[in-house]
Amino acid sequence: MNAVFEQIFQVGFLAAIIRIATPLAFATLGEMISERSGVLNLGIEGIMLLSAMTGFTAAYYSGNLWVGVIVAAATGALMAAVHAVFTVGLGLSQHVCGIGITLFCTGLAYFLFRLLFQDSSNPPTVTSFQSLAIPFLSSIPIIGQAVFNQFTLTYIAMIGVPVIAFALYRTPWGLNLRMAGENPHAADSAGVSVKAVRFQAVVLGGAFMGVAGAFLTMAQFNTFTFGVISGRGWIAIALVVFGRWDPLRCAGAALLFAFIDAFQLRLQTAGVGHVPYQVFLALPFVFTIIAMAVMSRNASAPPALLKAFRKEER
Amino acid sequence: MSLPIIEMRAISKRFGALLANDNVSLSVAPGEILGLLGENGAGKTTLMNILFGVYISDGGSILIDGKPAQIHNSADALNHGIGMVHQHFHLAPRLTVIENLLVGTPGKNGQLDIAGAKAKLKNIERDFGLKLNPDTLVASLAVGEQQRLEIIKALFRDARLLILDEPTAVLAPPDVDGLFAALRAIAAKGLGIIFISHKLNEVRALTTRCVVLRHGRLAGEVPKPAAASARQIAELMCGHEIVPPSRPPANPGKPVLQLENISTSAHAGAGLKNVTLEVHAGEILGIAGVSGNGQKALADVISGLLNPKAGTLKINGQTVSDISPRQVQAMGLGRIPEDRLAAGLVSNMSLAHSIALPRIGQAPFSRQGLLQSGAIAEFAKDQIKEYGIQCQGPDVRTGTLSGGNLQKALLARELAFHPKVLIVSQPTRGLDVGATHFVYEKFLSLRASGCGLMVISEDLEELLTLSDRIAVLYEGEIVGLVKSENATVSRLGLLMNGAREQAA
Repeated sequence: MNAVFEQIFQVGFLAAIIRIATPLAFATLGEMISERSGVLNLGIEGIMLLSAMTGFTAAYYSGNLWVGVIVAAATGALMAAVHAVFTVGLGLSQHVCGIGITLFCTGLAYFLFRLLFQDSSNPPTVTSFQSLAIPFLSSIPIIGQAVFNQFTLTYIAMIGVPVIAFALYRTPWGLNLRMAGENPHAADSAGVSVKAVRFQAVVLGGAFMGVAGAFLTMAQFNTFTFGVISGRGWIAIALVVFGRWDPLRCAGAALLFAFIDAFQLRLQTAGVGHVPYQVFLALPFVFTIIAMAVMSRNASAPPALLKAFRKEER
Repeated sequence: MSLPIIEMRAISKRFGALLANDNVSLSVAPGEILGLLGENGAGKTTLMNILFGVYISDGGSILIDGKPAQIHNSADALNHGIGMVHQHFHLAPRLTVIENLLVGTPGKNGQLDIAGAKAKLKNIERDFGLKLNPDTLVASLAVGEQQRLEIIKALFRDARLLILDEPTAVLAPPDVDGLFAALRAIAAKGLGIIFISHKLNEVRALTTRCVVLRHGRLAGEVPKPAAASARQIAELMCGHEIVPPSRPPANPGKPVLQLENISTSAHAGAGLKNVTLEVHAGEILGIAGVSGNGQKALADVISGLLNPKAGTLKINGQTVSDISPRQVQAMGLGRIPEDRLAAGLVSNMSLAHSIALPRIGQAPFSRQGLLQSGAIAEFAKDQIKEYGIQCQGPDVRTGTLSGGNLQKALLARELAFHPKVLIVSQPTRGLDVGATHFVYEKFLSLRASGCGLMVISEDLEELLTLSDRIAVLYEGEIVGLVKSENATVSRLGLLMNGAREQAA
């Protein structure tokens, strides 16, 4: 057994946690921003898939991965904007619209991908992002080697967390956004346009979801497959609850989930006894269910979450 | 006289067929506390919402410091120095005091200007005596403090005119004194205040001038409210003479509601301790007491919502074996709860369904397990007509009705089935003069028809007007039971604070 653990807990394992956490962190932060303003975005799963597809395709044809990332972010923002038009502009059900967006984006992604790449026997690939070692920092033993030898997008996520926390808690924009999710009537009577604030939050959140998708097809993997998201969007929604709608906690939640995912991957390859590998595969999701059951007891969502804002309604 | 801070000229606003404001003009000078009076639906709130940019008027103009102003949203209103304290607070309980103040303000170098805000809060404390700890969570503030925060919020945005929409409706009496002191201090600094209220005594005590709206029009002005009588102002509000309700001598019959040695666990305040009470047919028994002394437990036991630990409940002479809402209702009990929307009607249902709800499973409202929409709507239409409930029709969402109309709907629902005994809590809270009068008349005619009533109220004047006998609750016990001709406000006040008396 010791040999198994030695094999698992090493630099490569720590690096894997951070790599696996990156798309989850982007998606979770995106969903969190949206929810903090009062809008649940169940379109996340589909938005991630469509963005992963469009980003990959753009990178494939342009030969530039960053073009792909930008296209993915724009796709996410655009689809989130559709969600915002329905839920914020027209005040329709956030659940229904979100599921609708996911179904629409999923179908669209399949359709466009098949249209563009008709030869299914020979799937297209790109040369994915290479990890970038940060001078000096990456030579710190173990930690440095694991944390500072990552993809540029991962560094962006690392910097993004405190930046979002700062924006949310220390800027007028962030306070107005939080107020829109706490009590939109208070925001409105303080001269804040609740609809504008929510629209911005949903669109920005969508861009984050798009980048999460791009990371999967251009950094973690080098191709687009229909199962590439495989529930990461839904997991992000759970992680927002687990992270209690706070940027730092949400990033922590993503890391914790990534830890368990990386751990089960190692267990699979290490081959513990005769346990079928499906048991390990299920581990992160079992964890999610347990964590949700424990945490949701004292988790408190933004009070105005799911509530459309209409000026004259009490 | 100095130039008014604000002047509204010939304002009109129409909602469909309803003319909510018709050619209304008013002005507020610096240092003035203007009372804005009117019954529910008289157009006060509409007028103030026009001033605060929630609605845009169809006609007329607004002048600020003598110059025409366009107010299209709350941001415009704030920029013009108009601050509004809503009746339902517009605060975020999970944010701190200072965060609630900073919402909607521009930052400094892209950041929230917390230091600047705290300094400004200190100035407000110095100038107006309004004090709050900036780092407290709003959820931990008492109601009076939350209201203070709303006022500070307006001052924080440099309001020169403060609109307060029924600010005393949510306050306990000591907090009302504090509010008035603060408002006088604010007016003394040259700010203008518009004070909306139903409570005529408060308006007479506080305001320097009053205007009265009726059916959307300006009905009159009271230049010196302190010198006018409450009755004069009330008559201006409802447009006709007010005859105080007369209570002919009681003609009590057999007991229709009996509580024998009932005790309960604590329940939203004190539980009941060994309470024995009787209400006779054709009698109104008042229940006085400071809130939280067992009123809620008393009402809920009788309504079948709370099972007592000990004791017997009898309705119409029969013991209630299984205390449940369905059982007590079947035995002839009607109830009008304190919170009309939470415990009475259903905000998101149509008025027709709300009214039919307690008997929705019985004929004529349902047959063979199917709802009879026709019968339900028909019943609602009849009640709307008979009780003069102002609404668009049986299909209107219940939550959109005003307090007075909700109370009429509850009365209609309970009285339609001729209860033997009716229990009511705070029957006129938040109601205007006309609606209060209506409720009193209904109670007295019910009494004349032989129904027994138990009226739980914090308003002693109300109890003295209505009741034949008054019982006083203190910490869950009946500490006194007095005939109302022997009762005075001061005697009841003593009992309410725990002095004991022998039963009358």
